[in-house]
Amino acid sequence: MNKLKNSASEALEGILFDGMTIMAGGFGLCGIPEYLITALRDSGVKDISVISNNCGIDDFGLGILLHTRQIKKMVSSYVGGNKTFEQQYMKGELELEFNPQGTLAERCRAGGAGIAGFYTKTGVGTVIAEGKEHKEFNGETYILETGLVADLSLVKAWKADDEGNLVYRKTARNFNPVMATAGKTTIAEVEEYVSLGDFDPDHIHTPGIYVNGFIVGTDHKKPIEIMTTREYVA
Amino acid sequence: MPWSREEIAQRAAEELQDGFYVNLGIGIPTLVANYIPDNVQVILESENGMLGMGPFPYPDQVDPDLINAGKQTISELDQTSYFSSADSFAMIRGGHINLAILGAMQVAQNGDLANWMIPGKMIKGMGGAMDLVAGVNKVVVIMDHTAKDGSPKFLKSCDLPLTGSSVTDLLITNLAVFQFEEDKPTLIELAPGVDLDEIREKTQAEFVVSPDLKSN
Repeated sequence: MNKLKNSASEALEGILFDGMTIMAGGFGLCGIPEYLITALRDSGVKDISVISNNCGIDDFGLGILLHTRQIKKMVSSYVGGNKTFEQQYMKGELELEFNPQGTLAERCRAGGAGIAGFYTKTGVGTVIAEGKEHKEFNGETYILETGLVADLSLVKAWKADDEGNLVYRKTARNFNPVMATAGKTTIAEVEEYVSLGDFDPDHIHTPGIYVNGFIVGTDHKKPIEIMTTREYVA
Repeated sequence: MPWSREEIAQRAAEELQDGFYVNLGIGIPTLVANYIPDNVQVILESENGMLGMGPFPYPDQVDPDLINAGKQTISELDQTSYFSSADSFAMIRGGHINLAILGAMQVAQNGDLANWMIPGKMIKGMGGAMDLVAGVNKVVVIMDHTAKDGSPKFLKSCDLPLTGSSVTDLLITNLAVFQFEEDKPTLIELAPGVDLDEIREKTQAEFVVSPDLKSN
């Protein structure tokens, strides 16, 4: 079976429904599935709960789903730098669940690995710990966090082969591999399509078992949020 | 003269030891990378999934797939490795990072740290800060000694939501350095031209003065 789909809308056909939970990979605007997010917007699916480290910026990434008011709830670790988000949240139009970044990553990893919950020291003594089970191990206090699964995971990789094996590039990897494992359905978006056998099997980051389909985007915009450079010294 | 931003970063860099794996937070902590002593080699971790973070790239080497946790474009080094967010926080939570340097809004005398939220005013999120303070071996906190209105930020207890409880190991302000080892923090160093009276006046937290107090 070739998992390559012709377009983002074809890849999402029959999968979307109102009120669903969607994981989206990326850190800031780095390694986000930009074509799949646009297809989500165009589908009109609404009341979605989105699990993603951030919520894009005002006019790119997941931020575009705020303008169309398709997002009901965000589960994120950091949402700074997005005015639309702030406005909708302050008006009570948007639910927000903050998770510490490592806890969020581990909840996805656990969910994908069939682990119902895990104990972590992160957040002990803070608002994050409120209402959660506390337990002592070796004299230290930990809190119980639960695994996360999503109806759909949208991830961004660098390359895919027909089997849906994925390879990521540099820090665009971030949440993508763990989210790929935690979707009941996972759709990937890549920059390059390679033939079976082109990947060294030792170098595959996400085995194709986690990937139901993928699309090849052309001319990814990949905007840079904060451009920082140094000068050549003569 | 209180320490400038650069001088605070320089003072924090004295905490780096050869071979340390280090996570630097956003703001002044990022500047610490400019003051790594010549005889010390450290490996910088960026919690979005990178070990061996290099300097900012040359203009023609900017890569949108290569950013740090502050979303700034950066470069890689020969020893660089990349990994997922789950692996990144496994090394943070698992105690494999030797030192983290973070900014703060408030610190309490028991080492409580608040740096992620002002209720009703600022909704940004904690990012990786809660994981870092819970998992990293030594946590160095950097902040101005007082708020813009002059009110103290080193307090008996924080009134802002906490990032972590009793997590601060060393506090470096523009006026002084405090160590957290015993029941109460110990004042160990003063910025140039700063005396004990000024610290007492601008500090709400209870502290003891080290017999070896260093004046600069």
